[in-house]
Amino acid sequence: MRNLHISTSVNGDQTEFVCAPDETLLDVLRNRLGLTGAKEGCGTGDCGACSVTLNGRLVCSCLVLGVEAEGAEIGTVEGLAMGDHLHPLQRNFIDHAALQCGICTPGILVAAKALLEKNPNPTDEEIRYWLAGNLCRCTGYDKIIKAVQIAAAEMRGA
Amino acid sequence: MTMRYEKPATAQEAASILANEPGVARVLSGGTDVLVQLRAGMIELDLIVDIKNLDQIKDITSEDGGFRIGAAVSGASLGEHAGVVALWPGVIEAFELIGSTQVQGRATMAGNLCNGSPAADSVPAMAAANATARIVGPDGERDCSVQDIPVSPGRTSLTKGEIVTSIFLPARPERAADAYLRFTPRTEMDIAVASAAVSLELDAGGTCTAARIALGAIAPTVVLVDAASKCIIGTKLDAAALEAMSTACSAACNPIDDKRGTIEFRTQVVGVLAKRAALIAYKRAGGRT
Amino acid sequence: MALDSKMNRVFKVVGTRPPRPDGVEKVTGRAMYGADATAPGMLVGRILRSPHAHAIIKSIDVSAAEALKGVKAVVTAADFGVPDDLSIRDVQDNCMAQGKALYHGHAVAAVAANTAAIASQALKLIKVRYEVLPHVTDVDEAMRPGAPIVQEARALENVAAGFSENVTSQCEFGHGDLEVGFAKADKVIERSFTTAATHQGYIEPHACLASMSPDGKGDLWCCTQGQFQVRTLCAEIMGMDASQLRVTASEIGGGFGGKTTVFIEPVALALSRKSGRPVKIVMTRDEVFKATGPTVSSSMDVKIGMTNDGRITAAQAQLRYQGGAFPCGTVEMGAQSAFACYNLDAVHTVGWNVLTNRPKEAAYRAPGAPMAIYAVESVVDELCQELGLDPLNVRLKNASTKGTKSSYGPTFDDIGLRATLEAAKAHPHCSAPLGPNQGRGLSCGFWFNFGGNTCVSLNINTDGTVGITEGNPDIGGSRAAISQMAAEELGVPYDKVRTIIADTNSLGYNDVTDGSRVTFSVGLATIEAARNAIKVMCGRVAKIWGIDEDAVIWEDGCAKPSGANAGDFTPMSIEEIAAISSNTGGPIAGHFEVNADGAGVSFGVHLADVEVDPETGATKILRYTVFQDAGKAVHPDYVEGQMQGGAVQGIGWALNEEYIYGKDGLLQNAGFLDYRVPVASDLPNIETVILEIPNPGHPYGVRGVGETPIVPPLATLSNAVARAIGIRLFELPMSPPKLLKAIRQKG
Repeated sequence: MRNLHISTSVNGDQTEFVCAPDETLLDVLRNRLGLTGAKEGCGTGDCGACSVTLNGRLVCSCLVLGVEAEGAEIGTVEGLAMGDHLHPLQRNFIDHAALQCGICTPGILVAAKALLEKNPNPTDEEIRYWLAGNLCRCTGYDKIIKAVQIAAAEMRGA
Repeated sequence: MTMRYEKPATAQEAASILANEPGVARVLSGGTDVLVQLRAGMIELDLIVDIKNLDQIKDITSEDGGFRIGAAVSGASLGEHAGVVALWPGVIEAFELIGSTQVQGRATMAGNLCNGSPAADSVPAMAAANATARIVGPDGERDCSVQDIPVSPGRTSLTKGEIVTSIFLPARPERAADAYLRFTPRTEMDIAVASAAVSLELDAGGTCTAARIALGAIAPTVVLVDAASKCIIGTKLDAAALEAMSTACSAACNPIDDKRGTIEFRTQVVGVLAKRAALIAYKRAGGRT
Repeated sequence: MALDSKMNRVFKVVGTRPPRPDGVEKVTGRAMYGADATAPGMLVGRILRSPHAHAIIKSIDVSAAEALKGVKAVVTAADFGVPDDLSIRDVQDNCMAQGKALYHGHAVAAVAANTAAIASQALKLIKVRYEVLPHVTDVDEAMRPGAPIVQEARALENVAAGFSENVTSQCEFGHGDLEVGFAKADKVIERSFTTAATHQGYIEPHACLASMSPDGKGDLWCCTQGQFQVRTLCAEIMGMDASQLRVTASEIGGGFGGKTTVFIEPVALALSRKSGRPVKIVMTRDEVFKATGPTVSSSMDVKIGMTNDGRITAAQAQLRYQGGAFPCGTVEMGAQSAFACYNLDAVHTVGWNVLTNRPKEAAYRAPGAPMAIYAVESVVDELCQELGLDPLNVRLKNASTKGTKSSYGPTFDDIGLRATLEAAKAHPHCSAPLGPNQGRGLSCGFWFNFGGNTCVSLNINTDGTVGITEGNPDIGGSRAAISQMAAEELGVPYDKVRTIIADTNSLGYNDVTDGSRVTFSVGLATIEAARNAIKVMCGRVAKIWGIDEDAVIWEDGCAKPSGANAGDFTPMSIEEIAAISSNTGGPIAGHFEVNADGAGVSFGVHLADVEVDPETGATKILRYTVFQDAGKAVHPDYVEGQMQGGAVQGIGWALNEEYIYGKDGLLQNAGFLDYRVPVASDLPNIETVILEIPNPGHPYGVRGVGETPIVPPLATLSNAVARAIGIRLFELPMSPPKLLKAIRQKG
């Protein structure tokens, strides 16, 4: 079967691409649209490094077919900063050393942003459970949880 | 060689496409099982049929005091529905245990059911809730008890071309509630090693008048344990009744040894989980122990 | 390069927590990791792997794969030469099986095709005839005479008689008279332990992009802990001169020791050479688990004698490590580190490295130490329980200190174990109340740390800002620490310095990012390079002022006259000096090359409170505190990060992580679903306490901090569980089925 033509929106930009029916959204983002911020850590939905939003819902882009993006709105880490103005989560992740190697960081930022949109004042435990699908092997999570809390407080104040 | 993708507009059309496909076909709703299997090379598909365009497939509607949940309603959507959460908290907590927040953004109860895993979290809870699945096939529509759908690991009683279009969670009387617990080595992201769902009805005095207890991951399919229910019906879930119920649950096990747990462990822990779930359900139903 | 004599100096930049220079790239998704590179005309490479644990490869028929439209190259072992050097041959054989598949997942062939789909299809068309052989995956079984032999004739001569050929090497360390020591003991406990193989579990799978041109030049982009090591190995395997292969390290998505060798890089180069096109290979997670290095699994016996007042009189350990299908040297490090925490009169360790039909082990954070110290610290803890002694006081009583002859030979210089134990003792965690089914565990930990070959180039730009070129991939914030040390030494603001990591053609040789060596060694070389640049600048200014070079000093980013006698001159800033450099002798730079010694050993102490569910065997960690000597914490945030991250890897090792093999020798849990690394909701905050006992071998007193923190958690948690429910397990992981079984057996 030939590739399918898909019209979608990525980070607010109207985007078109063609892909094979069995290509994942992650493959499309990385290989066809040049958006390599989302990472493949497992390909089975167990690590969260490929997290994006699909019509406002947090998903693993490795568990979405590219063809399912038709008419949808996709949000990736590349859409977090407004121009040269970092999102408070991004800035606080840097300022509070919430990343070491950084490979899980894009997925965690997208996931944390989705959390704070739903729950602007989460407890540590709520953050830990929300982010349970985002594996980080470097930090032991401690500084990630703290950075999310600091960003949340800042966003509540803003 | 390449998989084809179809996105029909009606259930009848979907059933017909599936019925007429000579090759290997699967339904795509949330994709959190089928896309993993595809990626891992466990299955090779000729056709995938995306059902998310079907009428009412993403809807939650009130019906006869219960709720009909479309086969493409994600865990995240379902968890935001105050009515379902209030009526069947155990079903919701079971479903929400599946996978990560990301998986919850896509996963569906119908998919969890049709994947046929003995360890599916929502299936014992649905079975305890006496839920039914609505099935559309080439020969029309039928309803089927949830517990009759899985027949063995990875296999269901659905015939070629049949798809589940919705799950119905029935009404329940006052002073009734359910609860679900599972055991996993980690707090999240694991497959249940053993699980128990308990649904109870109480009289005004707090005595249990009806109970359905369903166990997961301890047999090739979900097991409804009537013998365990009988142990607590007519009681206020006193220690002796709970102990008897726990023993009945362990006795109903037919588990396997595998990388996730031993026969011994599953058999012992499922009784503990049933006991604890029963107490949670009892408290939710207004009972005082 | 000893500790600066003016160690009462007040640091201005070192010890602060500035934003890391690569932060913005990494939070915006712009940072380029291994799988993120592309090249025009790039092909996709994929690898066919053995479905058997142990099998002779009778034949490989690639004709159908080669005939498939879109396939551009197929390679097997026949496409590689036979390197003279045995260790290189092992690396090559691990990348592509030569004659025999030695483990489940061992590479046997590879293809390069236009698309991933075609490459995958081509793999299915390769016909391999195997003759399946008996296999062995357990270390104790592999050692027994009569066990299936993984590789013949690999045992060194020093191996004692009575073992199978799988035992490849033996080592011994210690001093003193054990018999006399044990005779002095009031209580002797001897226990046997096992630990499972665990994987580093970096989130980024191995990835590389190789481009060979017909004139024999090659370029390789890959995620690695050491681009120079990759170049050495690949150039040898490919029969190339080192100068013709340029290796660029991408950003690296975690390594923990697992990215210190090559797996796919020679395969990608071979495919590129054969196809004439750039080839990218990205491992799947399944491949990472099956075919890259986990750590060793172990079987160990430990015997320790103690007096009634808690003095250890003698200690002995026998360590058996299986490191997969190729010889390794991991047990040496276990046997050396086992008793390093203790000041002992009589100590003896013996270790054996063993071959099995498993993937070749790779370094994993303090390789060899966590399991040995787990066994030792478990027995010490049991002795404390038996004798009714406080476990912290007993460790203080026996702790190694300056002047201690270590269990592996050298005499310790300034070390921080006692200070670390005292800090733990004084911490509120140590005296917090515990509830039912709760227990508190404690363990010490040790790691040698390493220095090694290091090369840094520091350039003073014409505007007075600073560019640093170093050769070690930044795996957790090292660019920040290096920039801080340069800023400190030069007296310039941190944000005037930019540190980059060079490819192999842009800088001299650097050892791999391992051994907790980067902040120590690269930092040391950076400080010395800065001092060299300062010397140049002072010399230029001396000429301008017409005074003696020694009469010019460097302070706060300026050249100044050394005192009133030197003359009255207005200080010249680095900007002023740099701006006129072309008139004073040309560009200004400093560089430094060293094989650094004096890394300074590192000790840590961990405290954990756990609660065990007696009905399910589940262990919940309630509180966790890490105490560690950092020498001097250059960027305390990233020091804490190492302590926290290492602790959590150790926690995973203690509780749930393990390689699970079936009777068929096949790996059953090659994925993050059933290889259970800790998730955020499993853990409490990890509290940290940094001690700073300066390392005599570094100008600022820095010690490596990366590896020590993975060592104590294993025994810390086992000891906590033992005290929570009165049951001690002698194996890891302490998974719930094992713990529940022990609880029920106790009744």
